[in-house]
Amino acid sequence: MQAAHGVEGFLYPNEVELQWSILIVLYPYITGLVAGAFILASLERVFKVEAVKPTYRLALLTALAFLLVAPLPLQLHLGHPERSLEMYLTPHRSSAMAMFGFVYLWYLMVVLLLEIWLDYRKDIVQLSKTTRGPVGWIYKALTLGSSNVSEGALRADDRIGYIVTVIGIPSAFLLHGYVGFIFGSIKANPWWSTPLMPIVFLFSAMVSGIAAVMILYMVSTWMRKKPLDTRCVDTIAKYLFYAFVIDFSLEMLDLIHRIYEADESFHTLDFMVQTRLYMSQVVLQIMLGTVAPLAVLAATQLWTFTEAVRQRLYFASGVLTLIGIFAMRWNVVIGGQLFSKSFLGYTSYKMEFAHREGLLAAIALMILPFLLLWGLVKLLPPWPENEAKA
Amino acid sequence: MPQGRRDFLEQAGRWLFLTSAAQAALEFVVAGNASAAPNYNMHTHWWAMTIDITKCIGCGNCVRACAEENGVPKGFFRTWIERYDVPGWEMDRPDVDAPNGGMDGFPDKPAKGKSFFVPKLCNHCAHSPCVQVCPVGATFETPDGLVIVDEQYCLGCRYCVQACPYGCRYINPKTNTVDKCTLCYHRISKGLTTACCEACPTGCRQLADLKNPKDPVHDFLRTNSIQVLKPQMATGSKVYYRGLDGSVR
Repeated sequence: MQAAHGVEGFLYPNEVELQWSILIVLYPYITGLVAGAFILASLERVFKVEAVKPTYRLALLTALAFLLVAPLPLQLHLGHPERSLEMYLTPHRSSAMAMFGFVYLWYLMVVLLLEIWLDYRKDIVQLSKTTRGPVGWIYKALTLGSSNVSEGALRADDRIGYIVTVIGIPSAFLLHGYVGFIFGSIKANPWWSTPLMPIVFLFSAMVSGIAAVMILYMVSTWMRKKPLDTRCVDTIAKYLFYAFVIDFSLEMLDLIHRIYEADESFHTLDFMVQTRLYMSQVVLQIMLGTVAPLAVLAATQLWTFTEAVRQRLYFASGVLTLIGIFAMRWNVVIGGQLFSKSFLGYTSYKMEFAHREGLLAAIALMILPFLLLWGLVKLLPPWPENEAKA
Repeated sequence: MPQGRRDFLEQAGRWLFLTSAAQAALEFVVAGNASAAPNYNMHTHWWAMTIDITKCIGCGNCVRACAEENGVPKGFFRTWIERYDVPGWEMDRPDVDAPNGGMDGFPDKPAKGKSFFVPKLCNHCAHSPCVQVCPVGATFETPDGLVIVDEQYCLGCRYCVQACPYGCRYINPKTNTVDKCTLCYHRISKGLTTACCEACPTGCRQLADLKNPKDPVHDFLRTNSIQVLKPQMATGSKVYYRGLDGSVR
């Protein structure tokens, strides 16, 4: 059985099969996109970075679409998904995982839905009056019975929206920092156990979320055959670069610390990176997914390119970034299970295809947020030209 | 020898009585929970196990007995045995094997250096990382010092499997919930010892009650050099090893 599982060296006999599959790779990836997209939206709202305004609403809708999908990989992975409600009813307070439901609900209900509703309220009221049929009923329901769009009411919306965003920033940090804590607090696993994990997760979340919204903005603008706001993408690319530099520095700090400290697990982990994780860690995550986009983004900051070239460079670096961050999640989740806790052997991950936790399910789960986003964009157009006039 | 009517009735009555007594006892044994043992007071015990490495011969009796007693699915282990071969001074790279968890014993292999067997099981830690991380409290510490899983409540999220430093937990494919050694709770709460201890031909494993002042465990701990697995994990492990080599992981 061991040979069939690609086992090398010695593993404790219960360690041969991996416990957490590609679905658990998707979980931090998706929540990272949520947190990153929200933080980009808050740049405009709280930090008054006016240049990124064209992406404000798109970023919020992107965060919502991905947040709605975030619990699904976890549900699919559970041995007894029908018992998952117990996490709300009888949470075990010492468990980091038990807090997921509460952090998730807080973020969804108190932060994201409220902010989107407040921001779109005027549009929703107008659309509820002009749209007929079932879609009109949806708009009517979304007004929550309030059609007051007087100047005073809108000013109140704006003030509350601002407060919600201010609360939302630490909430977004909490959402993804907490996901990092789930891994970082496992002392049995030296690949995960580092206090840097929550903060590395946070910055990588910002990087992936900013890159995702930038690409979505570019693609949606091209698809709508509208001119791209170059100042907007320039600014987003600049923030992507800054966030990426911090993220890369933190990851390098972690790496240098591990190499210099060289504790009992070091040789095992080092060998794993050089063999079983070489492609996903060294090639995909570090070279293609980090060094390459960082170099491209640095070049756009240092030298002057034409608008068209800049846009292409931003697009390429955004795509590479998303691949790199996915590879990072993969290396954390899967890499952390490939070596034995005896530090004497390795197993391998054989992903199934048409299985509850297989590749097909993972692809479907990654397509789903885009379908949801498409629906949300149809219902609540985020484009500046559709915004209800004051 | 001819048997009179009186003899027959006396014998039949004795059989009948013994059979029903055995049936009553069996009910308790198979019931599998402490409340079914009316005289068991969980607050007066603090269970542990001692393992004398120098006595283990790697026969695999304990692994087989455990699997049979607890219906452990094939390919998974509540207890297992590892064979260590430590060549000379290279203590950090021991040669270790555990074919089928040592269930069928170990094939002969010329030793390159110091060779010995290490039986392993759940350490029933007093500060269990697995208990800490369970999101619904389905795995918990009992007042008598065991770490138990409530399979009716477990979500099957596997966080505890990741958190256990010793590799003692697995997902039972029949129930889709986590499973592990219970220290044969259904037996020890009835005054019996564990299946693995009972099957051990050398007495290498001994069930211990740390709250019982007359338990030989106290002499064992006082008079021997004792170690637990991975002490740096600070889990409060309650499986105490005599003769545990520094190369053991």
